[in-house]
Amino acid sequence: MNIYDLTIHELKDKIAAGELTPAEIKNAYSDRINEVEDSVKSYITVTDQLADQGLAAYEKKKDGLLAGIPIAVKDNMSTDGIKTSCASKMLENYKPPYDATAVEKLSEAGAVIMGKTNMDEFAMGSSTENSAFFNTHNPWNLNHAPGGSSGGSAAAVAAGECAAALGSDTGGSIRQPAAYCGVVGLKPTYGMVSRYGLVAFASSLDQIGPITKDVEDSAIMMNVIAGHDPKDSTSIEGKKEDYTEYLKEDVSGMKIGIPEEYFNLDFDKEVKESVMAAVEKLKEAGAEVETVHMTDASYALAAYYVIAPAEASSNLARYDGVRYGLRSEHASDVSEMFTNTRHEGFGDEVKRRIMIGTYALSSGYYDAYYLKAQKVRTLIKDDFDRIFNDFDLIVTPTAPTTAIELGSKSDPLEMYYTDIFTVPINIAGVPAMSVPCGFDSNQMPIGLQLIGPHFGEGKIIQAAYTLEKLLNIKDKRAEL
Amino acid sequence: MSTKYETVIGLEVHVQLNTESKIFCGCSTEFGKEPNENTCPVCLGLPGTLPVLNKKVVDYAIMAGLALNCEIAEYSKFDRKNYFYPDLPKAYQISQFDLPVAENGRIEIETDEGIFNIGVTRVHLEEDAGKLIHEGSIDKSKGSLVDYNRTGVPLIEIVSEPDMRTPAQAKAYLTELKMIMEYLDISDCNMEEGSLRCDANVSLRPVGQEEFGTKAELKNMNSFSAVEKGLEYEVKRQRQLLEEGGEVVQETRTWDESLNKTISMRGKEEAHDYRYFPEPDLVPLEINEAWKEEMRKEIPELPREKYKRFVSELGLPEYDAGVLTGDKDMAVFFEEVLKDYDDPKNLSNWMMGEFLRLLNENNHSPFDSGVTPLNLARMLKLIDEDVISGKIAKEVFEKMYNSGSDPETIVEEEGLKQISDEDELENIVDGIIAENSDAVEDVQNGKDRAIGFLVGQVMKETRGKANPGLVNQMLRDKLMD
Repeated sequence: MNIYDLTIHELKDKIAAGELTPAEIKNAYSDRINEVEDSVKSYITVTDQLADQGLAAYEKKKDGLLAGIPIAVKDNMSTDGIKTSCASKMLENYKPPYDATAVEKLSEAGAVIMGKTNMDEFAMGSSTENSAFFNTHNPWNLNHAPGGSSGGSAAAVAAGECAAALGSDTGGSIRQPAAYCGVVGLKPTYGMVSRYGLVAFASSLDQIGPITKDVEDSAIMMNVIAGHDPKDSTSIEGKKEDYTEYLKEDVSGMKIGIPEEYFNLDFDKEVKESVMAAVEKLKEAGAEVETVHMTDASYALAAYYVIAPAEASSNLARYDGVRYGLRSEHASDVSEMFTNTRHEGFGDEVKRRIMIGTYALSSGYYDAYYLKAQKVRTLIKDDFDRIFNDFDLIVTPTAPTTAIELGSKSDPLEMYYTDIFTVPINIAGVPAMSVPCGFDSNQMPIGLQLIGPHFGEGKIIQAAYTLEKLLNIKDKRAEL
Repeated sequence: MSTKYETVIGLEVHVQLNTESKIFCGCSTEFGKEPNENTCPVCLGLPGTLPVLNKKVVDYAIMAGLALNCEIAEYSKFDRKNYFYPDLPKAYQISQFDLPVAENGRIEIETDEGIFNIGVTRVHLEEDAGKLIHEGSIDKSKGSLVDYNRTGVPLIEIVSEPDMRTPAQAKAYLTELKMIMEYLDISDCNMEEGSLRCDANVSLRPVGQEEFGTKAELKNMNSFSAVEKGLEYEVKRQRQLLEEGGEVVQETRTWDESLNKTISMRGKEEAHDYRYFPEPDLVPLEINEAWKEEMRKEIPELPREKYKRFVSELGLPEYDAGVLTGDKDMAVFFEEVLKDYDDPKNLSNWMMGEFLRLLNENNHSPFDSGVTPLNLARMLKLIDEDVISGKIAKEVFEKMYNSGSDPETIVEEEGLKQISDEDELENIVDGIIAENSDAVEDVQNGKDRAIGFLVGQVMKETRGKANPGLVNQMLRDKLMD
């Protein structure tokens, strides 16, 4: 196997055994980036300097969980002195003066940060085609999208341009690209990972999580990034868990719910078959699988497309040209400066969501949209809680199809529908992981979604780890 | 007969809290720093930053709520108020919309017309915005500069009920609020520095009509007198409009101090839709009984209670009680002196006379001067015990004020002790009698006023040290036998 194909734990083992040095690893990944980046285009910024700094700090941090491990970070997480563009013209030249807490934790753990990955502008999108700069290509088939919005992170992991990456997930933005790119993506419980330094899209839904080559790496990454942060009032205070404790091949007695309403939705037959086959494997391994009934996912989708744009309309209002980022040259007064800056700086999808959100919060419409959506949100939360009274996990597909072809979806509503399986999870605030479960007839990866109760990351990891062993496809890599 | 109109005024008062750090970050709130010195990624609203609530700010808001006789919310939350302006770095202000920290209060005010209860609708927390700076005047300046030092400084907004009927009542209400905040020591309440700001809603309605008339919102009144003058102007303007058969339009008007009038800023159509919604970056605020009680203990006797007690228990005239309680430090100083001195009225005279005169001259507050409460008590006792005269006391007091010495030392060192020894005065009195034969004759002819002249001459001769009562007696004894 190539060095760039190795997982975090494999790399750690090799460093520990003296078979590889961090410098060799870093160089292998840098070479890989040089080799494939032109065709995959995962990165907005390759941060050689930052990687060298990480490498230089290795001796001091060699006990760190990620000492010498090359990691990529989505370009919506603040990196001190390094461009954090959110794939938007608005922030094309913006260099924050501080590190996001998650980035800080990576550095403290000894990670070698390779670069900042491409994404849909301000994380709004499901294919990374909304990047203001360029498309990222799916390593399994370069004509296909990597998914989104963390498409750059998922593609970088799948292409061996990093050992693992951070993504952010507001309605599926970690899990869906992970599914499309055949890697493991975990959206933790809301509040599990600090949002400090994550450029906000929808604050009550955003959550940072790892995208990795396998489940064990996901547990290691969670050990690094999870935990209370006094800088984020919504981060959860509580005991830190060691997620690697859950790396057991054991699902016997685990109760898994299969929500009929989700499986009755209109989605790809091959995806359905693959997911059901994987569920069958879990059953054979001793899991108790039962059909459950849940609220129709379309209500969650409707609520999501009110709440997320509403929060976004407020979160993105600060990009006004006054302090940083783009400022329109074509303005004769303040009001024109605001308008023209935003006109020139934002892409269509961002503008669309700002308009939807502004409308939903406007006086006279607030009750009918925002307030109603919040009520729906409460019902969906209750619905998940109800299921988790009796079940350990819920299983669904991660996405209705495998990776779409680049440029194939121009109708925004059609694009929104690709989030149907992932959005309810953010609405409920619970954790969920996409884990590869097979391939379709075009050899494109399929993802299975494991959903757990609040703080159920451990159970998810345990079931996913078992499934990974049972399916034995994790060493299959995209050929580039 | 023309319609009689009644004025209806409600005030929205912003009070900057004097916490050391800002409401959502650790930056200093100190006034007068270099532009943008007191800023960080959080208060500059840089992408990805998050607010963290300063507990002290909530403490202060609870205290304010309690002092204004409000109900304190058990469950409160923050909301975003969205609008674009260059001094607002996030393009929303974190404020409180439907669940403020405190609601349903009232305070008592007093004007020449009597005592009134003014309702306090709510007290809510919010963050302050920055400040635009222009070179020269705003229209001639080449651009705008922004100072974000003030951004994120904690504010409470105190909204009154439309309970005030005259500009004088509004001024009295604002004064009472200011005093309460000062007594709580939660704000500097300096209108010139902007730590106390006042907007007013003003409308008129025919006397007897229950429904409110159309209101104008009045802004930019930057002093207590501006509040009164601005309101008076606005009431007059609206009355004139109505009497001429016109209509008041709902609008925001600004008080122009130099023109002495209010000017329309924006109409109803241009009013903002702030699109309030719950702030997702902060968790709701839960205020339990224990927290409330803890804050209740922090509240000192408030100005109105103190005023009433000074009148009823100390027997002070209302005027004196008003002046003394009008300034917290003055009242505290006064009560400190009373621990060692038991004539409140005499003390009050001194505090409101000589002391206040020197404080004003030096722009000092009571505890800034060299006079300690104990030394003032000792000085007053020296007068009462005839050690020094009232006149000499003024000299002693000024020396105490400037040097910080105690009165006994000053009296001793300067030889200012009153001469109450007849033998010592005998020669001087005789000398004055000999030198002023005209006055002596007048006295002997029954012109009693002339005796005062002679006393004065003796005082002059002794540089004020002679006991004037004794001198008077001696003169009478010598001249009227």
